[in-house]
Amino acid sequence: MSVKSESIQSKKDSGQDERLKKISPLRVLLNRPELGALGGSILVFIFFGIVAGDTGMFSAYGTLNFLDVSANLGIIAIAAAMLMIGGEFDLSIGSMIGFAGICIAIPAIYWGWPLWTSIIFAFAMAILIGYFNGIMVVKTGLPSFIVTLAMLFILRGATLAITRLITGRTQVPGLRVLIEDDPIAWLFATDTFQWLFTWLGSMKLIALRTDGTPLATGIPPSVIWFIALTLFATWILMKTRYGNWIFASGGDKVGATNVGVPVGRVKISLFIGTAVASTIFACIQVLDAGSADTMRGTLKELEAIAAAVVGGCLLTGGYGSAIGAALGAIIFGTVSMGIFYTDVDTDWFKVFLGAMMLIAVVFNNYIRKKVTETK
Amino acid sequence: MSEYLVQFNNISKFFGKVIALKDVTMKLKKGEIMCLLGDNGAGKSTLIKTLAGVHKPDEGEIIFEDKKIVFDSPRDALDIGIGTVYQDLALVSLMSVTRNFFMGREPQKGLPFFKTFDIEKANTIAAERMGQIGIDVRDPSQAVGTMSGGERQCLAISRAIYFGAKVLVLDEPTSALGVHQASMVLKYIVKAASQGLAVILITHNVHHAYPVGNSFTVLNRGKSMGTYQKKDISREKLLSMMAGGEELDKLEVELKEMDRIENN
Repeated sequence: MSVKSESIQSKKDSGQDERLKKISPLRVLLNRPELGALGGSILVFIFFGIVAGDTGMFSAYGTLNFLDVSANLGIIAIAAAMLMIGGEFDLSIGSMIGFAGICIAIPAIYWGWPLWTSIIFAFAMAILIGYFNGIMVVKTGLPSFIVTLAMLFILRGATLAITRLITGRTQVPGLRVLIEDDPIAWLFATDTFQWLFTWLGSMKLIALRTDGTPLATGIPPSVIWFIALTLFATWILMKTRYGNWIFASGGDKVGATNVGVPVGRVKISLFIGTAVASTIFACIQVLDAGSADTMRGTLKELEAIAAAVVGGCLLTGGYGSAIGAALGAIIFGTVSMGIFYTDVDTDWFKVFLGAMMLIAVVFNNYIRKKVTETK
Repeated sequence: MSEYLVQFNNISKFFGKVIALKDVTMKLKKGEIMCLLGDNGAGKSTLIKTLAGVHKPDEGEIIFEDKKIVFDSPRDALDIGIGTVYQDLALVSLMSVTRNFFMGREPQKGLPFFKTFDIEKANTIAAERMGQIGIDVRDPSQAVGTMSGGERQCLAISRAIYFGAKVLVLDEPTSALGVHQASMVLKYIVKAASQGLAVILITHNVHHAYPVGNSFTVLNRGKSMGTYQKKDISREKLLSMMAGGEELDKLEVELKEMDRIENN
């Protein structure tokens, strides 16, 4: 932090404390982890605006469509990002989604539980599994990559085995009829702002079905959850003591322990966070589809990590942001849906996903060097 | 009340059959800088960890402000006022100056359950504290990674003092630093002592220790070779005690021998 000559000059001129000198907004932006993702999402929107601007992708229906996909990924990406900032991975997210799905469906359909109790049951299981992941990583000192990779197989296998044992098949349908009048299910299954869409429809501002109801009926629950979780996670990371502990635990485990940060507890709570986020994802998906499937959520853990990385999270921990991960999810969601509106074969989506990740990692590495280089 | 702030009497520590420390005694007054000198493997690290509450001594006692103290954890040592700054400094280079300064002890505000990290207050205190030691933190939200090694060391020491250290234990604070940076850190250590702190400065660099130290304890193979006041010992004497005088003498003889052979 050497004193630069121009800042001395400004101190003399303004008579102000040199420490309080305004830093240029560009410099502030450059120090934010979500810069890359912000740039990326702007580019993606410009691209599809040009290529698919007149195809209906950006109509109310089309927009909600790609936002829904983005939001679903975003819910798990934010939790994955927080865990990554805390210095760990969770590869069991996808399997947890499948497992949570049958935790809701089997009690509700086969054991006659009210839907809300089976939803609570699924969340309780998620907390247990998250706690187990966390305690294994913290107590054994094994890399979380290995511990949660094991959990990936265990949960997926258990999901399949238990479902087949109880139901004799791999899908559990019939949930849709249970949603009505349930005290909790609406949290994961109701479109909001329906009045707005009805009004917009009546004003002929958005597309209508043949029966006169609007094609887009309301904001899907995933989007509300996504926004709420982004705000909540950002508040935690930037504005609370616990948030500082997350950065510290991921940045330097030994150092943080030495100054009194309860690193173990922080990490365990973050593992519980990813498992709970997976269960929110599962609730929304299962109630939307009306059925649970043992293969639900496959590979979602990697997409969540990819979104977090594009959003500026470092693989080594201690750096990243929830808004970045949210933007990363929006990029992937927009491209995965937008590609249908272009002439590009949808097979290319995965190529894009991989390339995007590589660019993001190279970019983030560069930024980290910038941030930490000694003057 | 005795004249000493803290006394470590006949401290011994064993790891199985290994005698890491044997009968080490150190006494510090307020405002005193004691340099603990020793070569690699002399037992410096074990002694630091015993002072910091990481290890429990197997024999001997620690007396702090006339009371016998037993540490069960590093937290206990911190709580009574023994602040240890380890060689790795416990700083996260990707985190800001403020976030590092208050790491683990963040000031909070607001209602219960909605308590937030009072970042404005933290920024002000961090900038103020760094300013007091002559480090102009332009922007306390700047990453610690942008600071020089000396500045980081000062930040870590300043943090320990802010959080109530009465005895500062500094582990090799100058070992990784250049001459200019090292002198900046040493100057700060002297300043801290002049404000009434007792400082234990652990180092193997006599040239850094001698100008700032009031007394010197030399550790060799787990044993104290005695504590000397500055007036009673010269820099050269300290150096030869530390390295084991004979070894250096032997080296000198060997070098002369080599010289003789080359000249022939």
